[in-house]
Amino acid sequence: MDTLLEAFTNALRLLIALDPALLEIVGSTLQVTGGALLLAVAAGIPVGVGLGLARRIPAAGCVVPLIYTGMGLPPVVVGLFVYLFLSNQGPLGDLRWLFTLPAMIVAQTIIALPLVVGLTLTAVQAVDSMLPLQVRALGATRWQLAWTTLAEARAGLFAAIVAAFGSIISEVGAVMLVGGNIEGETRVLTTAIVLETRKGNFALALALGVILLGLAFVANFALYRLQNQGVAD
Amino acid sequence: MNLYELENIQQKYNGRCVLNVEKMTIERGEILALVGPSGAGKSTLLRLLNFLEPPAGGRLMFDQNPVSKDVPLPLRRRVTTVFQRPILLKRSVVANLGYGLALRGEKLSPEMQAHWLKRLGLEKLANQAAQKLSAGEAQRVALARALLVRPDVLLLDEPTANLDPYNVSLIEEIVREENEARGTTIVLVTHNIFQARRLAHRTGLLLNGELVEVGETEAFFTSPKREETGAFVRGELVY
Repeated sequence: MDTLLEAFTNALRLLIALDPALLEIVGSTLQVTGGALLLAVAAGIPVGVGLGLARRIPAAGCVVPLIYTGMGLPPVVVGLFVYLFLSNQGPLGDLRWLFTLPAMIVAQTIIALPLVVGLTLTAVQAVDSMLPLQVRALGATRWQLAWTTLAEARAGLFAAIVAAFGSIISEVGAVMLVGGNIEGETRVLTTAIVLETRKGNFALALALGVILLGLAFVANFALYRLQNQGVAD
Repeated sequence: MNLYELENIQQKYNGRCVLNVEKMTIERGEILALVGPSGAGKSTLLRLLNFLEPPAGGRLMFDQNPVSKDVPLPLRRRVTTVFQRPILLKRSVVANLGYGLALRGEKLSPEMQAHWLKRLGLEKLANQAAQKLSAGEAQRVALARALLVRPDVLLLDEPTANLDPYNVSLIEEIVREENEARGTTIVLVTHNIFQARRLAHRTGLLLNGELVEVGETEAFFTSPKREETGAFVRGELVY
């Protein structure tokens, strides 16, 4: 109990003091999370919508189970693959991205992408099957139909974004492998927590955990507000 | 003057012929009721009339334009359908009312909004989520949404099935008014022969995808030309 209390006090103290090291870690966390989320959403939603609206998904028997399998990709395995691709001997070694934020963004995008595609696909497929007929009967163009379908599936789409965000911000294995947890460069909140725990600084590790949860709450609160905006329009 | 002309119109699903109409015309400004048992092809015919799917064969003319696979948007927007189950968007009642107009880049004016909410008896529910409406209220909104786009043709697919007498009467009243005030051509698919008799100028019977008989409503019910029509009107048709 004392440790928990100390953790909250520490977290507050670190935030109030605007500790430069902490700000750097939070900044890196936001960069990796924001970048990966943006890429996963930008690529995943169009693919999910396309598959959801398709009358017949080509090789659906394989494609959909593959996507669902991707939703449970072990992050460490993804990290390992990205590591091998970006290492000096790897096919993308010339990029010199290993142990940099871009490498972490790539790994996180790969982890989050199937989540966004799979949940978007499910959300679009859950829209009333008569909706396209009714919307077309009211004179919608193809784009207007797609947009209306997206709007109708918005709760599911936000769930996809929230799930992707959650998986990215809480991930530790892949970013540790491809980022290396380098102070001032690739250290993010989750890897910092692991490090402090290993050093026995439980109170500081918990404090970082509280900040991580706080960030996640703020982001989810904003997403939830956005989701409910326009429901009564 | 004919608005629609159909010749040898066929529709097939998975190779099975579900509609085969040799000849049929729909006159501008009339209310045409299509009756017939379930699976007779009534709803399929409505989908063809709304250009929601192309026919498998035959010739379909709309306002002297041959209807091909890709119907130009302005032509398509002259026709709309209200389905048996009202499909409302997860938005407010008012947003649903203005949806068809929004598709055309138009806004629902405050006057029209007030007029329709009053006409539908939904003044107090303007900003309520449409998903919370009763079946009758939802169907009234769906009908108003369709009429607000001022269609030349309104297709009604069992619009009052499973509704209480109050809603049936209100919807019939609005449909009749629309036809008389704007001259909107209305094609009404219904199981309810009494409704067909109350509303329609002409009535047709579809059986197994074929148009058995079509004629003036009174004559259709009192002196049908075909034996099947008589049996259907008397409720004796076994299907």
